[in-house]
Amino acid sequence: MTAIRPFARDDAGQPPSRFADYRSTLARSPSQPPVAIPPMVTETTGPAGCWDRLMGAALADLTAQHGGEPIGQRIIVSGRVLDEQGRAVPDTVMEIWQANAAGRYIHGKDQWNAPHDPNFTGAGRVVTDRQGRYRFVTIRPGAYPWGNHHNAWRPAHIHLSLLGPAFATRLVTQLYFPDDPLIEIDPIANAVPMPYRQRLVSRFDLATTEPNHALGYRFDVVLKGREQTPFEEGDHDH
Amino acid sequence: MTIDVAAREPAPRQDNQDPALFGQTPSQTVGPFFHYGLPWKGGADLVGQSDMGARPDLFPAAHYVLNLPSPRATPEGEAIRIAGRVLDADGQPVVDAMVELWQADAQGRYGTDRDPAFVGFGRSSTDEDGVWRFRTVRPGRIDADQAPHVALAIFGRGLLKRLATRLYFADGAGNDRDPVLAVVPPDRRATLIATRRGDDWWLDIVLGGAGETVFFDL
Ligand SMILES: [Fe+3]
Repeated sequence: MTAIRPFARDDAGQPPSRFADYRSTLARSPSQPPVAIPPMVTETTGPAGCWDRLMGAALADLTAQHGGEPIGQRIIVSGRVLDEQGRAVPDTVMEIWQANAAGRYIHGKDQWNAPHDPNFTGAGRVVTDRQGRYRFVTIRPGAYPWGNHHNAWRPAHIHLSLLGPAFATRLVTQLYFPDDPLIEIDPIANAVPMPYRQRLVSRFDLATTEPNHALGYRFDVVLKGREQTPFEEGDHDH
Repeated sequence: MTIDVAAREPAPRQDNQDPALFGQTPSQTVGPFFHYGLPWKGGADLVGQSDMGARPDLFPAAHYVLNLPSPRATPEGEAIRIAGRVLDADGQPVVDAMVELWQADAQGRYGTDRDPAFVGFGRSSTDEDGVWRFRTVRPGRIDADQAPHVALAIFGRGLLKRLATRLYFADGAGNDRDPVLAVVPPDRRATLIATRRGDDWWLDIVLGGAGETVFFDL
């Protein structure tokens, strides 16, 4: 039997469901506050460790999925998945999807007329190691326009999806790049109040950068932590 | 000239690596273009070997890099279909949503003792009518207090955070004393209870407005 593990609530950095500047939220956000429920095994467990049965082998190099090299700036993104107490979250899947270097998605409903890249899909997945570390290689995505308001452009971003240890810790987020002037005028990023918005901005990192190969960026993901930890079962191995 | 990187004064900035900002990574929307990255073929069929769940019509076949359905053992229990629409506050179907499911096996088990043929996790994209659909096994009761249920999470363009809810069955034993249903206002409980519609257990998920589904603060 899996132990009951209640998880922390949203902290001050989580966006609201409704954020008027991001117009699509208006008809798609609840008007009632969410109902707090007692911690139950359904929400405090999840498909941890089953990711390869579900989704197949890891795809950590998004530049090597087709016949040739994709166009654009090759980058390495690396970091750790942690809980709120700073402990590693090992063996959890991070799924990745993004636009190509021109800011175009391979998706049929993306009607922007920037070019597709036949050598780039922009989807991958990695799994954290025992220290919660992950690393993937991709192309720096381009900014793209969208219909939210006049002259609206999304800052360059990589979509990240993490299962985490439980249904309650599920997280989908977006990674942004440092010194991007579009972040401060983007309604989706701005749904996160300052200074917490900066948690979504990766850091250029020379230690992750590989000579004559790729620029490196650091990005840690922090999942909701356990409120109470009667047993520290994972903490003996370091 | 070479810049001495080690001695260089770093530019002041706050970002993901700043210890002063350590805390939960903020949630962001999946946006409208997740279909080639998240919902894999077979991801909505927890019982069989069909390709339910993905939307390969939305991108070229050469760019399908997700999992392919592989032969799987048949889990024990009653195979059922559960489905519904995702509707917005104006009653319009949400055609670019994704629903995730997590549930116990037919004996009500989640842990390492669960049916090895049953993972209990799946994803379904909504179709052009806003309908999501899973094939799964009917979950058993976890204990004497809890009624059979599945957990659902809803993602989509315009959803800055995933919305978490549950689906119960209209004929489920113990619905009258389930500890989660008990904290839901009585006049809103019906938003969590699927009813029979042909071969399906059907539950519309209403994101806002009249008949708004109860979502949980986990
Ligand atoms: Fe995007």
